[in-house]
Amino acid sequence: MSTPILELREVHRTHGSGETAVHALQGVSLVVRPGELVGVMGPSGSGKSTLLNLAGGLDVPTRGEVRVAGESLSGMSRRALAALRRRTVGYVFQDLNLLPSLTAVENVALPLELDGRGVRAARQVALRALAEVGMEKLAGRFPDQLSGGQQQRVAIARALVGQRRLVLADEPTGALDTQTGEAVLRLLRERVDAGAAGVLVTHEARHAAWADRVIFLRDGRIVDTSGPLARPEDLLEPEPSR
Amino acid sequence: MSIKHGLLALLKAGPRYGYQLRAAFEASTGATWPLNIGQVYTTLSRLERDGLVRSLPEEDGGQRPYEITDAGRAEVAHWFATPVARSERPRDELAIKLALALTTPGVDVAAVVQTQRTATMRALQEYTRLKARSDERSDLSWRLVLDAMIFQAEAEVRWLDHCEASLVRYRPAPASGTPAPGTAATADAAPEAASTS
Repeated sequence: MSTPILELREVHRTHGSGETAVHALQGVSLVVRPGELVGVMGPSGSGKSTLLNLAGGLDVPTRGEVRVAGESLSGMSRRALAALRRRTVGYVFQDLNLLPSLTAVENVALPLELDGRGVRAARQVALRALAEVGMEKLAGRFPDQLSGGQQQRVAIARALVGQRRLVLADEPTGALDTQTGEAVLRLLRERVDAGAAGVLVTHEARHAAWADRVIFLRDGRIVDTSGPLARPEDLLEPEPSR
Repeated sequence: MSIKHGLLALLKAGPRYGYQLRAAFEASTGATWPLNIGQVYTTLSRLERDGLVRSLPEEDGGQRPYEITDAGRAEVAHWFATPVARSERPRDELAIKLALALTTPGVDVAAVVQTQRTATMRALQEYTRLKARSDERSDLSWRLVLDAMIFQAEAEVRWLDHCEASLVRYRPAPASGTPAPGTAATADAAPEAASTS
């Protein structure tokens, strides 16, 4: 089996201490490999966002370990962590994904430029990433000249530009209608099938269903995991005759 | 699902014999409801008895095509014009099961909810996979049938979430908050995840 891109080992995250302590995550373990999309469901306050923040190195666990692309985040300096976020991890949120003053291609090239790539080289890589999401023709447009669905396509391109291999998506279809939302999920699925790894946080079962596995969080714990069926054709049973 | 009306609707497009009707039915519904050929012929003979179709002379291959009558056309029009009554749908076994789980001693209701939700989620994943493989244009009728199943499964998951929240709020049972029997707290029991410092 291929090396995991994301690994959470018995991760705990507690906010505050004593009687007022909030246990956001309590011993969560999770492995996500290349080509795998994992859905995360659960009620508000169940720890979904905490899990995503820990996976992206935006927060640190109170106990346990987070590994991204084989490297433990625990001992990393802030600089190393920032570099890892630029090079390996991409985020897609519900909205406010793109910088309004930059064109689509400039938005996608940004993490590469921040990582020290030359403007021209970064632009070439960004154009390729945009082509992969079918947005090459609109590369010169500003975000407010794009529809919501197109903006999310650009956000996915940026999340997986260059060497980035882990996409963390938090309700990426939240503001979109069902058809457009589905197109965005289809695209995310394609990018993951092409070799990335993804974590998709959503409260909509229909969206989580695009994942290979769906975990259910409650009170900071994984209470359920749903993987693929061995015999999908069993779902298509004949209607009992009446 | 009324096979009678399904066959009548297909015959409105022109005369067909049994095997053709079965193939056409499965093409539109993506084999969601596989028909056996016996059902098709039984239904056709009932439709003929009721004057909604009439059989035509046998073809060279020995198949006997059927064509729709004026009364049959009126029946199809009426069918499409009438909404499906909710009372004609099958009883919701799951709702009844959960209601009984609440009142039956020794039943872990939270576990019943979780078991069902995992199963429904799994079904939802498979429907989505089938949909992802289908073609947006040429498989349109089959995709609409799949969408119906997807939305129904989604509604069930939402309802189960709602049940779970209600259980936590109004019925603080000792079983809630602990994982269901047989489910581990890890999403991937990979051996490399075993050692933690």
